[in-house]
Amino acid sequence: MAKNDLIGGALWEHYSDKVSERMNNPKYMGEITEEEAAKKGAKLIVADFGADSCGDAVRLFWMVDPETDIILDSKYKSFGCGTAIASSDVTAELCIGKTVDEAVKITNIDVEKALRDEPDKPAVPPQKMHCSVMAYDVIKKAASLYKNVDMSAFEEEEIVCECARVSLSTIKEVIKLNDLHTVDEITQYTKAGAFCKSCIKPGGHEERKHHLEDILRDTRAEMERDRLNKSSEDLSFSELTLIQKHKKIEEVIEDSILPVLNADGGSLEVVDMKEVDEFTDIYIRYKGACAGCAASRTGTYEAISDALKKNADVSVRVHIL
Amino acid sequence: MERVYLDNNATTMVDPLVTEAMQPFFTQMYGNPNSLHSFGTEVHPYMGIALDRLYAGINASDEDDIIITSCASEGNNNVIKSVYFDCFMNHRKMQMITSAIEHPSVSQVYLFLEKLGVDVKWLPVNSQGIIDPEELKAAIDPDRTALVSIMWANNETGLINPVKEYAEICHENGVKLHIDGVQAVGKIPVDMQDVRADYLTFSAHKFHGPKGVGGLYVRKNANLIPLLHGGEQMGGLRAGTVDTPYMIGMGLAMELAVKNIEYENKEVRRLRNKLEDALLDIDDVEVIGERSLRTPNTILASFRGVEGEAFLWDLNQKGVAASTGSACSSESLESNPTFVAMDIGSDLSHTGMRFSLSRYTTEDEIDYAIDAVKTSVKRLREISSTGDKGYI
Repeated sequence: MAKNDLIGGALWEHYSDKVSERMNNPKYMGEITEEEAAKKGAKLIVADFGADSCGDAVRLFWMVDPETDIILDSKYKSFGCGTAIASSDVTAELCIGKTVDEAVKITNIDVEKALRDEPDKPAVPPQKMHCSVMAYDVIKKAASLYKNVDMSAFEEEEIVCECARVSLSTIKEVIKLNDLHTVDEITQYTKAGAFCKSCIKPGGHEERKHHLEDILRDTRAEMERDRLNKSSEDLSFSELTLIQKHKKIEEVIEDSILPVLNADGGSLEVVDMKEVDEFTDIYIRYKGACAGCAASRTGTYEAISDALKKNADVSVRVHIL
Repeated sequence: MERVYLDNNATTMVDPLVTEAMQPFFTQMYGNPNSLHSFGTEVHPYMGIALDRLYAGINASDEDDIIITSCASEGNNNVIKSVYFDCFMNHRKMQMITSAIEHPSVSQVYLFLEKLGVDVKWLPVNSQGIIDPEELKAAIDPDRTALVSIMWANNETGLINPVKEYAEICHENGVKLHIDGVQAVGKIPVDMQDVRADYLTFSAHKFHGPKGVGGLYVRKNANLIPLLHGGEQMGGLRAGTVDTPYMIGMGLAMELAVKNIEYENKEVRRLRNKLEDALLDIDDVEVIGERSLRTPNTILASFRGVEGEAFLWDLNQKGVAASTGSACSSESLESNPTFVAMDIGSDLSHTGMRFSLSRYTTEDEIDYAIDAVKTSVKRLREISSTGDKGYI
């Protein structure tokens, strides 16, 4: 929230002039018939695609030269909002003159960019990026019909955010590399989730397979498992969890302190352990001969303290109960 | 370019008599009415007149309260949260009932209270778009239900709910009734002696008064805990210096609205019916709700093959202002809940368009709007139609 968000109803103010122009006077709206295609010795492709969430639907017509795979002409029919109509119009235009393989590479981002008035100013407000996605999907559908393959053949990687076309692997990598903790951070780094927001969590505008909240939670859990699986030897004392620190302390006591005390018939136990600022406070209680020994608060204490500082960490402070 | 305003359920033009009546209270009688000196006290008689007009407008009894608020959203928030606070403080029953077609200033408050642990029951609408009193009767649990909130008339469809029956059912069960009267006041008679609800909210800008001022009716003995604490204004029920010019403006707007109720129900209704007949003349158009069950100024229609946002855009290009609940037209891309609740197989969430008239709407404007609608529908159906005369 900020100053620019305090006045509502600004949806249309963020449409570029090109969006308005295409909406008011679409250039490629219409149909291509079998006869028209046959006249040019071309193959007619009619692809339907609908977004259940919007109720939006588009039908793309291609006239393809079977020799060269070049799309000779393209038209469409659309049921959708202004940006859906404008996006369909630009999609048809972008397809003309390209081979089917080239056309499949056109993404919703290309469509949106073609609708911009200025190179750096988005053609539509964020939530409307979503309307251009259908344009990309219908191209894939048309190409799959032409090549007689499944639509998924054209999807190289798992896409989480369709609006910004961010893949699952990119999102996971960004979370790990930058140690991200929130969905907002993911959006800042990748733009995923910045548009129609359907990919953030279930229940959004459109049904999605992956959601940023789940990816974040699972990736964080994965990172945590990786961290715990790393042997504590690889970590510095300050990176250890409290339990790992405790283990380490017990190890030092077991290995280098108890043998000395035991030799004189004494012993000790760790009663408690606390992390206080940068220090690790250890509370010990003497047992056996140590309990009443005069040196237990002077020489013995210093030896214990030094052993822990040396073998565990300098941050360790020993307190006798 | 000619412009025709058919979005009067969103807001209305302020009656010029109202703006005129408000003027003296900005620069001449601008005192704080809580001051003891003459600058303050000289405004009191005018405030009294405004209250008289408001009380007369909804036939409130002198023992009842009409709190001047900033809007009906404030009033709705106040009533529901007041009952919640009361239950909370007295460890009392915490079930509340509302409907699936309420304005967000009611439904969102209940969604918030659900998060706080309140058991909220959401009543559906029947096949006519009305909340059936029998549904309400069945939902009430006399031991647990603390409040029922249902709107008098729906903002999208204009459908009028049988609020008098709700009041009877609620009172038989000792349950308080809160009615959102925003779309009723000024359009149909509102008589609080006849409809024995405990709370009623209304907003001046829906009946040719200014924006930023509304009323909250509280029946005698119906408790109200303030939403805004910190002042003795409105008998201690709403803190904040009273907006005297706006209160006075609302008072006159109410009087004028009541005076025009016959015109509204004859002439506005005639023009509405003329527009509606013309819309129904177009193929594949459906109007939601029986005409006789609606406020006289409202039409919600579904135009097959014509997406709401694109339609609104086209109408706006021609200067016609209407309203759509299409998901594509909202900032959040979410469908209007009323459209979803009312959906009767006509794809209302995508093709619904609301036209709402006022007493300022003229015959010429309706004729112009009919032409604009026909042209837009034709154009958009050319984009969406298929060879077999269907739509994709």
